[in-house]
Amino acid sequence: MAKVDAIIGWRNLEIGCAITEPGSSRKLRTGDWRSQRPVTDRKKCIKCGMCWIFCPDIVYSPLRSGFYKWDGEYCKGCGICAHECPKDAITMVTEGD
Amino acid sequence: MPKRVGIEVSLAASEAACAADTDVVAAYPITPQTHIVEHLSELVADGKLDAEFVPVESEHSAMSVCVGSSAAGARTFTATSSQGLALMHEILFIAPALRTPIVMVVANRALSGPISIWNDHSDIMAERDVGWIQTFAENGQEVFDLIIHAFRVAEDPEVLLPIMVNLDGFTLSHVIEPIEMLSASEVKRYLKPYKPQMVLDPKKPVTMGPVGMPEVYTEAKRQIEALLQGSKKVVVKAWKEFAKHYGRTYKPIETYRMKGAEVVLLTMGSVSETAMTAVDRMWDKGMRVGLLRFRLWRPFPLQEFRRAMRGVKVLAVMDRAISYGGLGGPVFTEVRSALYGTFEQPQVFGFVAGLGGRDITVDMFEEMVKKAIRYAKRGKGPTYEMIGVRER
Ligand code: SF4
Ligand code: SF4
Repeated sequence: MAKVDAIIGWRNLEIGCAITEPGSSRKLRTGDWRSQRPVTDRKKCIKCGMCWIFCPDIVYSPLRSGFYKWDGEYCKGCGICAHECPKDAITMVTEGD
Repeated sequence: MPKRVGIEVSLAASEAACAADTDVVAAYPITPQTHIVEHLSELVADGKLDAEFVPVESEHSAMSVCVGSSAAGARTFTATSSQGLALMHEILFIAPALRTPIVMVVANRALSGPISIWNDHSDIMAERDVGWIQTFAENGQEVFDLIIHAFRVAEDPEVLLPIMVNLDGFTLSHVIEPIEMLSASEVKRYLKPYKPQMVLDPKKPVTMGPVGMPEVYTEAKRQIEALLQGSKKVVVKAWKEFAKHYGRTYKPIETYRMKGAEVVLLTMGSVSETAMTAVDRMWDKGMRVGLLRFRLWRPFPLQEFRRAMRGVKVLAVMDRAISYGGLGGPVFTEVRSALYGTFEQPQVFGFVAGLGGRDITVDMFEEMVKKAIRYAKRGKGPTYEMIGVRER
């Protein structure tokens, strides 16, 4: 049999494919197909939080130090944070390099 | 025994939705469906039907409201026709995917262009593949009965799919017929209150209609296909129950004078009554012609159809829609494919007739049958042809 990348058998789907459990989007690892990743140069960073606010996948979270932590599980590599950073502290680097 | 009353078929359709104690009606008026919706709004305004009537600004919205109200657990009814049905197209696919058991009457009418308000089946045939159960009524009584039946089937927990009940615009919707109207209390014995299985409710929130990634989309489609195919036994069972309650028997396929018939004529909808007259006349002339009509069109009643066709040598299929650039009308191509590979595969010939309100006469049926016989003898004929078309 050919390999099937389905996550669930059709007989087990909820009625109307409804999602009955809250917060399930956490399970969707949006970071698994990224081709580029943002790398922050903390020497340039002024802790303004623009990257945190603009990231569409809420990948950054504030640290006690004032810097922002990046979560690779969910970063899809769109580059918005790098574009918005007022200090050009974020550089996009190709994954695998 | 309920009494028979003379009533316009459109109004009987509204009365059926009313007797079924519909909770929500969202509809936009369009010829020739208008009287159905108009009468329902009267029934609601007069307090005869305790329902929410949502006067929307388009059919796209009508179907969207229906999906929403059905998802919230309300018994939902609507009706449309032609361009209106086409405007619903996008949402039609979503109703079965969300398992919303909406009942919709389609007063069949030609699609533009040219603009036509008259009857044919081009509107419904363009919506064959949307995942709805589809039935076709032949007369006013059947319209009433099929609507009641539709609610019972759609809301069955094994089904939970929407249903379209088709009736021919004007030629059926606007005629006055003697109809046995069932009262709400009589209907209640057959149609239990709707018990939704998945409900939009703030007390227990769920997400309906999320994105289907490639890892799940195929399975979602497979499930609807399995449900639609599986709905046939519920459809049939609900008709048997209907017969027990009200004494009228319905089957997926109706046949007339098929015994000993060499040629069979296949039709759908109200024109079948004219076809019966044609069949009688041909028998009187010594031609052995039977008639077959689909009452259930989706899911396609394959076994029943093949069984009915056993021993038939020639089949003449009449389509009331054209499939531009295709191999014949939609009914013809499907029926021929249903017979392909069967043991006694008959010769099948397609005829397109009665487009945009063009009358279909007894003579036309005779012409189709005669042509089918001639082509069968010769062993070949045109892929399909149009009947009653003026060349010059
Ligand atoms: S690249 Fe896009 S997804 Fe990744 S952290 Fe930056 S803004 Fe967020
Ligand atoms: S946007 Fe740039 S400067 Fe501002 S917090 Fe993020 S990395 Fe630092």
